[in-house]
Order: sequence, then C-alpha cells, then structure tokens
Amino acid sequence: MPQEYRLILKHADQPGYTPGLDCYLRHGGYETLKQALTRAPKTLPDGKTLSGPEQLRDEVKLSGLRGRGGAGFSCGLKWSFVDRKSGKPIYLICNADESEPGTFKDRQIIYKDPHQLLEGMIIACYANDVHLAYIYIRGEFVEGAKILNRALNEARAKNLLGKHILGSGYGLEIHVHRGAGAYICGEETGLIESLEGKRAYPRIKPPYFPAVLGLYQCPTIVNNVETLCAIKHIAAMGGAEYAKLGTPNNTGTRIVSISGHVKRPGYYEVEVGKVTLGELIHDTAFGGGLRDGHSLKAVIPGGSSAKVFKAGEKFKLRRKGPEGREVEQEIDMLDLPYDFDTLIRAGSMSGSGAIIVLDDSTDIVEALANISEFYAHESCGQCTPCREGSLWMSKALHRLTHGEGREQDAEYLAKIADNIPGGRTICAFGEACAWPVQSFVAKFKDEFVAKGKADEERRAKENRAAKPVREIELTLNAKC
Amino acid sequence: MPMLQKTEPKAAPPPVEKIKVKVNGCEVEVPKLTPDWQGKLVPTTMIQACAAAKVDVPHYCYHPKLPVAGNCRMCLVEYGTQALGPDRKPVFNPDGTPKIAKAPRPAIACATPIAPGMEIYTDTPAVKQMRQGVLEFLLINHPLDCPICDQAGECKLQEYSVDYGQSASRFVEPKVHKPKRVDLGPRIVLDDERCILCTRCIRFTREIANDDALGIVNRGSYNTLTAYPGKTFDNNYTLNTVDICPVGALTSKDFRFQMRVWFLKETKSICASCATGCNIIISSREEKIYRYEPRENPGVNSCWMCDYGRLNYKWIAREDRLAQLRSPKDQVGVRQTGPDGRERPPANSQAKWGAVLKEISGILERAESGSVAIIASARQTNEELYLLHKVAQRVGAITDSAPRLGEGDSLLLNADRNPNSAGARLIGIAGEPMGSNLARIAARIRDGRIKTVVVFGEDVTRHGIGADLLGRLDLLIVSDILPNETTRLAHYLLPGCAYPEKRGTFTNAKGQVQKFMKAVEPPGEARPEWELLHELLFDVAGQDGARSIEGLFNQMTAEVPAFKGMTWAALGDLGARANT
Repeated sequence: MPQEYRLILKHADQPGYTPGLDCYLRHGGYETLKQALTRAPKTLPDGKTLSGPEQLRDEVKLSGLRGRGGAGFSCGLKWSFVDRKSGKPIYLICNADESEPGTFKDRQIIYKDPHQLLEGMIIACYANDVHLAYIYIRGEFVEGAKILNRALNEARAKNLLGKHILGSGYGLEIHVHRGAGAYICGEETGLIESLEGKRAYPRIKPPYFPAVLGLYQCPTIVNNVETLCAIKHIAAMGGAEYAKLGTPNNTGTRIVSISGHVKRPGYYEVEVGKVTLGELIHDTAFGGGLRDGHSLKAVIPGGSSAKVFKAGEKFKLRRKGPEGREVEQEIDMLDLPYDFDTLIRAGSMSGSGAIIVLDDSTDIVEALANISEFYAHESCGQCTPCREGSLWMSKALHRLTHGEGREQDAEYLAKIADNIPGGRTICAFGEACAWPVQSFVAKFKDEFVAKGKADEERRAKENRAAKPVREIELTLNAKC
Repeated sequence: MPMLQKTEPKAAPPPVEKIKVKVNGCEVEVPKLTPDWQGKLVPTTMIQACAAAKVDVPHYCYHPKLPVAGNCRMCLVEYGTQALGPDRKPVFNPDGTPKIAKAPRPAIACATPIAPGMEIYTDTPAVKQMRQGVLEFLLINHPLDCPICDQAGECKLQEYSVDYGQSASRFVEPKVHKPKRVDLGPRIVLDDERCILCTRCIRFTREIANDDALGIVNRGSYNTLTAYPGKTFDNNYTLNTVDICPVGALTSKDFRFQMRVWFLKETKSICASCATGCNIIISSREEKIYRYEPRENPGVNSCWMCDYGRLNYKWIAREDRLAQLRSPKDQVGVRQTGPDGRERPPANSQAKWGAVLKEISGILERAESGSVAIIASARQTNEELYLLHKVAQRVGAITDSAPRLGEGDSLLLNADRNPNSAGARLIGIAGEPMGSNLARIAARIRDGRIKTVVVFGEDVTRHGIGADLLGRLDLLIVSDILPNETTRLAHYLLPGCAYPEKRGTFTNAKGQVQKFMKAVEPPGEARPEWELLHELLFDVAGQDGARSIEGLFNQMTAEVPAFKGMTWAALGDLGARANT
C-alpha cells in the first residue's frame, strides 16, 4: 500500500516543531551547508579538478531533479545554461509566488520550515557562484514574508548569511521581495520584471532567457521553493542516492496538493511516479476517497491550468512491460502513475502537483466559468491572443452560466481557445487559459450543448409567452 | 540622439558576414548582424530576412527604430532549421541537401534571430490562420468607428483586415469600454478603445524622447494606455507617437478631423524650423497644407521630428501674406482671389515682374562700389544665396545674414533656428561670425556711405538697422513672405515664396545638403526667389545661367568648393554631405 514519503516535510508537522532557527539546528539543520561549503576539490581520473561548487552542480545533474514549479524542467540542465563567462554577477531567485489555483505546497515549507528553504538556497547559490539572491514571495503570503525575514535575520546573526558564511570566505545576501498579488509574477520572466520594479510583463524568449539575460540583464536562476529544498537533500544524500527515490526520469519526492471533493484534502509528499492518481484520490493515506454518496466526475491533475481528465477516461500509453519491452497498454485515468512524463503523454500535466477532484455534484460549465474568470482576471494583457482570448472565453462562459447560453457556444468556445496556445503567446499563460477550455469543452461537450440548448428553449418560450408587440400601423401621407 | 551619431558614414566598413536563409522557398543572403534601434549590431531577425526577400510580414508592435516588444503576435511565422541526428550532427537528404526539421511552434519574426540554412514560411495555412486569429482578437473590442476615425486610410487594422479579416464577427459578448477623448497633453488626444496596446508610443517616449510619461494601467483586456498620473504628455516629441500609432488611438489635435488622408498629396520636403533639417513629408490638398510628418533619414532625423517644427507651418497660409509686387511708381491694383480664397496673380504679372527687375538691376548696376549692402537670410536656399552672393560680388556689396538662436535639446532641435546657416557660411554670404557685418552696415548707413540696401527674408529693424536708418536710404529693396517693419518701409517689395512653395536645397548643421520639393502654389504675384534672382543677375551681369532649379544647382556646385561634385539628381531623397 502506497505511503507518504516525507523528505522535505519530514519535520514540518511534527508536534513542537517551530520555524525558528534553534529548532531547525536541533534537527540537524545547516549541517549540509557546512559540508557543502567545505567540500574539497576532487581530481578526476583525466587530471581535471572539480571544485566544490562544480561537484554540487554535478550532483544536481545526477539527481535528475525536475523543477517543482510547474514545467518540470530539469534543474541540472537549467543550471548548465547559466552564462558563467559573461563577467556579470549571477543572481538566484526563489520563486515563492505560489498562485496556481489548487496549489498550497510551498507555503507549508515557508510557514513551517523556512530554514530548510534558506539552507537549500544558500547551497544552490554557493553551487552557482551567486552572491545575491532574492525570494520573490506572493503578496498574499503576508505572514510568510514575515517568517522568512525573521529566519533571514536569525541566519545573519548566526553567520549563516553575510560576507563570510561560517568562515568559508563565501558571501551571500538574500532579500525577501513581496509581490503585489498577480498570478503572472509566477512566470519567471514576469517575476524578474516585477522584481526590477516594472509591470510584470513576461519577456520574449529569445533573447531574454534568464540564464543569459535575466535580472538586470544578468544571468539568473529562478527555482521554485520546493526545488530549492530538494537541492538541500541532494547535497546531503548525493545525487545518485536521490535519484533512487521516485522512478527513472521522475526522481525524488514531490508534495502533492489535493483539493476538491475528497474526504481528506491536503498536502502529501510522495515519491514521484510511485503512486497513481487514483491512489492519491481514494487511498486513506491520501485523499481518502470522495464524499459518501458521490461518484467521481473529473480530475484536474496539475493545477487549474492543466487539462482535465474525465472519470473513466482511458489512455493508450506505451509502458515497459514485465519483460522490459515497451508495450502499448490501455490505462484508466485513475491508474496513471502520478509523475511528470506519464501525465504529459496522457495529454495533461502534473504541473504544480495540485490535484483538484470534482465529483458528480459539480456543474462542469460553472467550474470552467470559474477557472476562466480567474485567467481573464490574471492575464497581464501584454500579448494579443491571451489578453483578448482570456476575457472573451470568460464572458462567453459567464453568459452560459447566467441563462444566456446558446447551443453553438461549445463550438464557439473551442474555436476561441484554439487561437491562443501553441507558441502564439509570449509566455505559457496562453496555454494556461486555453487548456482548461479546450479540455472541458472537448470532454464534456454534451453538458455545454445541453446547457446552451436549454437556455435557448427557455428564452424562446419566454418570448412566446410575452405579450405580442402591438403592430404599429404605418400611415402614408398620400401627398408625399 | 545617440543613434544618429552612430549612423554617420565611416571610412572603411569591415567586411560583412552573410548567411543564407530561405523565405518561402526562395534563398536570400542577408548579413549575419544588423544594426538595432540604437545602431548596435545584433543578430539579424526573421522579419529583416523576409524584408530582404521582399516578403511582407504583417506587424503592429515592431518598429525598426524602437526596441522590440513582440507583443502583437501578428508577425508569427513558421520556420525550420537543419535537422540534427541523435549524435547532434546535421542530417542530410538522400540528394545531399540538408534535411530541414520544421519547428513545432511558430516564432515571432520580429525577435527571432536567423540561423544559417533556416527556412522561414510565411504563407502556410497555419500562418494565415494565426494572423486571422490575432486580427480577430484585436477587433473584438475595437469600436469599428472607421467612418469617424482620422486614421482611416492609413490604418494597419484596416489594411490587414483586407488580407486576414472576416466579413462577419462571431463575437456576441459586450465589448470592453475604455476612456474616449482622453486629453493626454497639449497636442495629443487618445481614444483608448481604439488602442491595440502595441506599446510603440510608450517605447518611443521612454527610449527616444527620454520621458517616462506613458504607461499601461489595469490588467488583461482592460489594459489601458495612459499618461503617468498628474503628468501631462507634453515633451517636444509627442506627435511622433501619432505617426507610429498603427491605429487611430493617438491623434494630433492639430490634424484631427481636418482632412481624410486619402485626399492628401504628399511632397518630400525638409523642415525649416532649425538647422537640423529633419526630412519631412508635407501633406496638402488644393494648395493648403494640412500636416507635416517626418520622413526617414538615418543620418539626420531617423524617423522622428520635433513638435515645434511639425506645427510650424501655419504662417504659410496666413491671410496677410505678401502677395503683391510693389515698386515706387506702383498704383495699388485690384486684388484678385481664386476659388480657394487665396490671391491670384494678375494677368500682367509676368510683364510687371520683368519691368521691376529691370529697374532694380539698372539701379544696382549704376551704384557706386561700396554703396550697396545685401542682407540675406539663412532661411533662404543654397541656390538663392549663391545667386545673391553673385549679385553682391558684381556690385561690390557688403553682405551678411541674421543669426536666429533659440534653445536646443540633445535630440533633434538645434539651437540655431535657421535652416541654412551652414549654406550661408559655405557660400560666403554670411559675416564671420554670422551677423557681425550688420553693425558695420548700420554704421555705414548712418555715415551715408551705404545708400542702397537689399534685404531678403529678414526684418532688419530687429537686427540693429532700425526704421530711422532705413529711412535715410536712397533705396530699400526687400523680398519677404510676411509683412514687417522692413517690408513696410521698402521701396521695392518683391513677394517671395515660403519654402513649400518652391524647390531648392538647404545645408543642415552637419553639412548635409538636402533638397525639398514644391508642395503648394505661392499666393498672388509671389515668385520663387531663385527665379527672380536669376533674372536680376542676368540683368545685372549679363550672365545667363540655368533656367531650372536642377541646372542652377549643378551650376552652383561647379562654382562653390563646398558643394563640389554634387548634382541635383544625385542628392536623392537623403541628400549629400558638403565638403566642409
């Protein structure tokens, strides 16, 4: 029976565990940092010498760690893109702008174990020769920002931050920057613009890849809170050992946020790919199943922007069979292992690890209207398809949920949505606002059509029932 | 404006590295690097490669002289690059040609650099569909008020609608409403509903005009262009935003509702409001000027001009323009006006001009050497100054012209408000420094040595030669455009042309000799000064010269060392640098 595997959240919920530095130190905190800072250069068989930071970067590459923010991009690869020869400073930014609806994992770390994040950040900064780093925290996390600042002050007082961290000669300063409440600030280039004090308009890529032209046009690494915590554990246990957790290409643990119509909504840390979507929803160790008397209708597997899965949906996927050969298997949606690759192959994504469960009490049109309203409100409005498309879809859905629907609206919505994603927009927000509409309408088309049709019929009936308009007699003046 | 200095010609340009790409199947060779909006060499982009292949890529936000924004998404194209095998080595087709792998996602042509062997596709069904999609999105909340919009006829939304628009809208939702008739500043009105948020105006104002006055507020489809709260948009370059606005959002208070653009005749000209000599287009209809717009000249004004120069054209159509030839024997005739209300030359005008010029030449010929002073204007053309200089040499006259100074800026506005000070200097008619002979002339009038003064285009009473001095003269010959104290006292008054009423050249502060064309007819009896000077010189010196401006220019370049080697034809639209 699958169980939680608590690596990052090991201590967070233990009774008596506090976010203070003393508590963290009692639990072995900052030991990994000490080891990392004192790592001796290693001489390779070919005579090359690897410095401590280079070794750390290699460990991260070896660990196979994939970004926990949503895109699931290889962290080692991201670090390898950093322009280290530009002569400009390298910045690291911790993306703590956790805003994807359904996601509430990073805040657990920030609120309950901030020093773990700081330790991970300091190690990541040391590994990348970063001397100034920022934590960009979501504006709504007012308390979180206070906790982080308190933790930073504690760390500074204990020489865990500053000019000579623990006497190593390595210096680093970290600042907390609070966002002002915009979802788009979670997009890394939007975040950078916002941090620079500008409107959070995501940048065009090319040429503004953060690894080359990031914050203040300097090479910049943007990593998610959970990713940076994982760095601490990779430094502690070694990349190879970390890679043994989870499944190949989907290594390590990740924190899954389960919300919606389950008995035990909450966050659960699991080994990536070792647990199926169905287990996460139904197992007593996790979601604990649906509310009594209700059946499953749909699952949004990776935050509200992920494409929805319909209950009973089956996928034909190539998987490794018992003999190690790849065979095509038909898999029910609930039997999909919850990892990065399988969900992408099934046409959706595990995104930020937020599973939203919808049972049969859900009006699917209402649900989509809610999601679309969010995206229309959060579109930054920089590029045309997303700016105009997001609000158009939201307005159509508002109409559809307020008795003004039309039978053709399902198709109407799909056509609007088709003009937004696929590289037409500057950032992935285009996909984020279009995917829910595309998938909801495609998979629950009958409900959209039925709702529109019912509206049309009702309006026709009302029109018939209304008093007929008195015909106006036109009298023609004979003289003209 | 630093970018302008960088585009000055250099002695030996380094060899340009070129790469080959295919645009819709046609191979073109383009430079690997191209100057960006600041003149810095950056990798050439797809849109530039397409331009080299003569393939038009529709766009709204892209402007070659502004930083790239990439937000309109109209220039999305499909492309392919050379396929790489699992070993990261290029893959070839059986016939030896490189195998091209089409990119899974489109790219914006304005910001994506080209790579050797790249294939760009702008005519695929997918590209067409993407353009249709973008255009539909841009139009759903647009007010579609073309019939009352000043931009109609030169609007990119209209133009691309012809190519990618749909005849019927499927949009059934209520439109987003935004502020209308926003008074952004003294010269600009904004209609936010027409705005497509391309940010060209913001980028221009921030990066070129160095004024962070414009920005966007609100979010998503409610995004609204506005001036910074409490700040008016009133720098000296605001009207450029009207030019670069691809739609009718930003309109000029001066031009608004004055004329439909398709009625306008466009004439290439030069702004005469300062020594920068911004290249312009004069838009006119039925002998009336409606607007000035900048014309691109990388070495002079890039794509821009200042508001001061742009709006400085109203005097041309002033009611009190000098339109009548006046001589001492003159009887005031009956003025004739044409259907446009402007004065028409009387039937015997040509004969009258001939007689008057003969009289003047007779007087000048008989004049004692040293008794004549000629005061030219640095607002006159090179050709006119050249002819006037020749007259002066013939009669042994002392010459000068009047300096005209104002406040300059670091962008385009020169402190020297004369358009042709450099020409006056190079031809040798101006004192050294300009205006230094004026006091000398005044003194000689006072002591009676100078008895005849010829003034072209300046009110000398404002330059130290007052009405009392002018009153002592035997003869005052004045040519001007507008009445002033000097013209009032003139014995002979020769009505001249405003520069949009004639052809000629100016030499700007950097020595660029630039020509301008005739946009409108002069009023009444007014004649181009070069014509009457040419006639005068013929009468005085017996020398016949060229009877056309082309011939006159070429004659001048043969004689004036600074203009040596130039021809009217070779000046082209951008002009040529004088040998200074």
